[in-house]
Amino acid sequence: MINTADILETISMLNEENLDIRTVTMGISLLDCISDNADTACDKIYDKIMHRARHLVKVCEGIEREYSAPIVNKRISVTPISVVSASAGSDPAKYAFTLEKAAKECGVNFIGGFSALAQKGYSAGDLELIEAIPAILSETERVCSSVNIGSTKTGINLDACAKMGEIIKQCAKLTADRNCIGAAKLVVFCNAPEDNPFMAGAFHGVGEPDCIINVGVSGPGVVSAALKKQPGANITTVADIIKKTAFKITRLGFLIGNLASERLGIPFGIVDLSLAPTPAVGDSVAGILEEIGLEKCGAHGSTAALALLNDAVKKGGAMASSHIGGLSGAFIPVSEDAGMIDAVNAGCLSLEKLEAMTAVCSVGLDMIAVPGDIKCETIAAIIADEAAIGMINMKTTAVRIIPAIGKKAGDKLNFGGLLGTGAVMDVNPFSCERFIRRGGLIPAPVQSLRN
Amino acid sequence: MKAVVTVIGKDTVGILAKVSAVCSEHNANIVEVTQSVLQNMFAMIMLVEMPDVSDGLGFLSDRMKELGKQNNLQIHVIHEDIFNTMHKI
Repeated sequence: MINTADILETISMLNEENLDIRTVTMGISLLDCISDNADTACDKIYDKIMHRARHLVKVCEGIEREYSAPIVNKRISVTPISVVSASAGSDPAKYAFTLEKAAKECGVNFIGGFSALAQKGYSAGDLELIEAIPAILSETERVCSSVNIGSTKTGINLDACAKMGEIIKQCAKLTADRNCIGAAKLVVFCNAPEDNPFMAGAFHGVGEPDCIINVGVSGPGVVSAALKKQPGANITTVADIIKKTAFKITRLGFLIGNLASERLGIPFGIVDLSLAPTPAVGDSVAGILEEIGLEKCGAHGSTAALALLNDAVKKGGAMASSHIGGLSGAFIPVSEDAGMIDAVNAGCLSLEKLEAMTAVCSVGLDMIAVPGDIKCETIAAIIADEAAIGMINMKTTAVRIIPAIGKKAGDKLNFGGLLGTGAVMDVNPFSCERFIRRGGLIPAPVQSLRN
Repeated sequence: MKAVVTVIGKDTVGILAKVSAVCSEHNANIVEVTQSVLQNMFAMIMLVEMPDVSDGLGFLSDRMKELGKQNNLQIHVIHEDIFNTMHKI
C-alpha cells in the first residue's frame, strides 16, 4: 500500500495548494512548409498544425480526467515565422492569420512563434515581421510574439532594442481599448530558449525535432505550504524543503508529459522546471519569499531569498527528470502574482528591485505595467538593461512590459484571467535617448576574467 | 490499472457500503482498505484495481464525486501512478 502520509500530501497539493500542470505545449517545426509562395506556405502550415495538434486538447483533457491533475493550458509553438516567411518575400500577416485559424480549430488558447531572431542583426523577413507585430497582436486573439535581441555569444543588438521600444508602445496603443493586451502577448528576449513551453515567449527552435511535447509545471502554493509547516527552520533546511517539493512537482510534470507524448505518438521533449504563479490566493512566488521571512516581496533580502529559491527548484527538478529545459526557474510576473501586486501597491517593490531580482531567477521583467506616456527610448533602454543581465550571466532574460495608455503610476490595468491585474509602476524619468539612438551592436562579453 | 480512493467526512451509517457499491458498479476490485474514525470524522483510503478500459477511471471519479456531494463527503479518486511518480525516486 502507498504511504498514507504521501496520499494525503498529494491530495492537499492538488486540491488546496493549486498544484497543476501549467501547460502542455506541442512544438511543431514549420521548416518543411517553407515556400516561395506565401499562400502555398500557409496552406502547408495549416495542414501540418492540424495534422499534428488536432487531438492535443482532447488527449490532455482525457489525462486530466483520468489522473485528476489539472492541465491549465494546452498550447502550440512553431518555428519562428520570420524564418518560414523569408523566402516568400514578406506578408507575415498572412502567416499570423493562418496560425490563429489553426489554433482556433485545435482549441488551444495560445500559439507562439510569430517571432524573429535578431540578436546580431536583421536577416530577410525579420524587419517585416517585427513591423507587423502591433497589428497582428491587435487583430488576433491567440497569436503570441517574441523577438530575440541579444545573446551571450553575439552581444546585444541595440538597433533591435530601439525598434522593440517603438513596437511595444504601438502594441499597447492599438489595444488601448482592451487594457493594452497587445503588449502582454509580446516578449523581448536575450538568450531565448528554443524549447520553452511558456507563453508568450514560446517558439519552436530550428534545432528542435519535427514535433515534440514540452511541459511546464507550476506550484508556488505547494512550496509555500511545505515551508509553512517548518516556520523556524534554518535557511539550509528551507533550501532542502524547496528542493524536495520541486522534485515532486517536476515528477508530476514528467508523468503527464510522458503520457501526453505516448498518447499523441509524439516524442517527449522537456519539463520546464518552473514555479509559475497565478493571481489565485496562495499561488504566489512572492508568497514564498514572504514565507522565507520577508515582510513583503521587494524588501532587502528579496534577491538572496529568490536566488536560493531558484537554485533549489533547479536542484530538485533536475533530479526528477532527465530532460529539462525551457525557462526553468522561479517566475516573477508582477500582474500574475497576487503577492507581487500587493508589494507594488504597498510601495515595497520597484522596477529597479525587480531588475536586480531577475539577475538570479528565471525570465526577467515580466508583466509589468508602466505609465502610458513612457518614451519608446526608455522602453528600449529597459530592454537593453535586462538583456545585459542575461548576456553577462549567460542566462535567459526577457522583457514583457505593458505601457498603460492613458494611465499613470498607481493606476490599475486589469487583464483578467491568468494575466491578472497590473499596478502601473513608476519609471525613472531621466532620458536615455542619446544612448539608444547610437545604435549598433553591444559586443559579446569576454568569458574569462569573471568578476 | 490501480487507483487510490480517499474518503473523508462525518461518520454516518453505511459510508463504506456506499463507496464499495460504486466500486463494484465500475468493476473496481478493492485490494486494500485502511480506515479510521477520529472524533466523529471518518477517513478511509482504498486501493482499487480496475480493468484498463478507456476513461474507466474518469467515470469512477465522476460517480464518486456525485456520491460525495449527496453524502457530504470529500471523495477523491487518483491514479496510482501519481503517487508512485511523485514520492519514489
